[in-house]
Amino acid sequence: MSTARLALRQVRYENKSFWRNPAAAYFTFAFPIVFLVIFNLLFGNARLTLPGGHIVKQSTFYVAAIVAFSVITASFTNLAMNVVFAREQGVLKRKRGTPMPPLAYLSGKILHSGVIALLLVAIIMVFGKAFYGVSLAGNRIPAFLASLAIGALSFSAMGLAITTVVPNADAAPAVVNAVILPLLFISDIFIPLTTAPKWLSTVGNIFPVRHFAEAMHQVFNPFAPGSGFQGKDLLVMGIWGLGSLLVAAKFFRWEPTR
Amino acid sequence: MEDSPAIVARGLKKSYGDVEAVRGIDLHVARGEVFALLGPNGAGKTTTVEILEGHRKADAGEVRVLGHDPARRERALLERIGIVLQETGIEPFLTVEEAIELYRGYYPHPRPTDEILHVVGLEEKRSSRVNKLSGGQKRRLDVGIGLAGDPDLLFLDEPTTGFDPSARRNAWQVVKNLAALGKTIVLTTHYMDEAQNLADRVAIVVGGRIVAEGPPGTLGGTELEQTRISFSLPSEAAALPASFGATASGAGYVIVTKEPVRVLYDLTGWALTEAVELADLTVSKPSLEDVYLELTGGVAGTE
Repeated sequence: MSTARLALRQVRYENKSFWRNPAAAYFTFAFPIVFLVIFNLLFGNARLTLPGGHIVKQSTFYVAAIVAFSVITASFTNLAMNVVFAREQGVLKRKRGTPMPPLAYLSGKILHSGVIALLLVAIIMVFGKAFYGVSLAGNRIPAFLASLAIGALSFSAMGLAITTVVPNADAAPAVVNAVILPLLFISDIFIPLTTAPKWLSTVGNIFPVRHFAEAMHQVFNPFAPGSGFQGKDLLVMGIWGLGSLLVAAKFFRWEPTR
Repeated sequence: MEDSPAIVARGLKKSYGDVEAVRGIDLHVARGEVFALLGPNGAGKTTTVEILEGHRKADAGEVRVLGHDPARRERALLERIGIVLQETGIEPFLTVEEAIELYRGYYPHPRPTDEILHVVGLEEKRSSRVNKLSGGQKRRLDVGIGLAGDPDLLFLDEPTTGFDPSARRNAWQVVKNLAALGKTIVLTTHYMDEAQNLADRVAIVVGGRIVAEGPPGTLGGTELEQTRISFSLPSEAAALPASFGATASGAGYVIVTKEPVRVLYDLTGWALTEAVELADLTVSKPSLEDVYLELTGGVAGTE
């Protein structure tokens, strides 16, 4: 079988495994929705002044932010945990003793996390439209899909890269959350950065989470001109993605260390 | 090419930090042979097979497995070997059948699923989730997955450790079935009886070296030909003639000899003449277990 077919086959088996662990599946989906609801309850009716002087309700901000958050959850956090656990259980070592190319196996996992990300995004969009009246203009759809694809791929690559510094499954939640949670706070995802000190905003700009969030905010911003493509933000994400891919390719481990 | 040996290794060495796990091992395994690496825990058995499997790279030495260098992980080799590691997980949420199917898909000429289930005796569990299997059933599924690609050469790293006696017998039957199919099998074990029952040839590994090698019947060589005669003497008895070559052992004496009949005749004759009772007179042959324990310095079987 070709690598591509093996990867697609892997997606099927990943998908079976995913839905047969109902608690994990349920919370994967519940998490972003709960965040969307809570942030909107707390801050949704506040007014947010956009660059250019337009004022919108903060619920617009949160729908876009949680769309980005959903992709990060599925492609980065969940993928990294999934790979670390497979490594801990010895599944990775077993795979390595078979003729299946490692690329097929990992691509299968990345594609499956992409499918979950898409499902999550769809749910958030439906929710956003139904409860907060936030929707996407037709001419933004290409930019939206491009941002989603680049986001999912580059955060998957980062998810694989971070497994190289996670020694074992016990350490996984601590390491992965320690990396991603602070970034979510300083990257226009959990809180709009309108009152943040300048230096914190600069720090946020170094990392890809902020750029992903900006790309989504612009896609959803009804006052932004044009198609909503954020070339510079997408480029930064892509660079992080490629860099992570190189790190993963060089340092990926098939067995846990203790 | 097919007549060439399944495995040839010369001077294998491997260290982890300061610990020399393997200190110069030579191996030669013929095609169709069942070969056992027997030794206590920590002897270097697993490191040795993991080098053969391609999971570890030897620090020194040469290895050829079915004509390939395993460290290169060539697909052509991986398609022809099956690896059953000591501790490896299987996707927990798949069923037994799905797990076998998943792994079959990686190989160009997989063995039919039904046959695999039959060989490892898991037909009744085919629809059970992997995470609902008992330890023994999981181990059998491990072997089943190792067979997925219908390998010419199968590695079994401690296939029965932690099994109860009946589960071990079942596992042995599985290995015998595989041997009957003409597979070359390399297994590691720390059970003497397992090596004796399954292997055509056994290498005893201690401290990273092979200390004895051969068919199970010949292991121990001359030592197995020796008979041990032990007895004790009452304190007022006459001195034992030095010609018996007896050595004091605990409260009594031991004579080790290749001619037990003559020695017993002389010994009992002397005792009758002297009117001495030979208390606790015992005649015994060393078992392979004794030889093994002696070779491994008594550390075997302490687990």
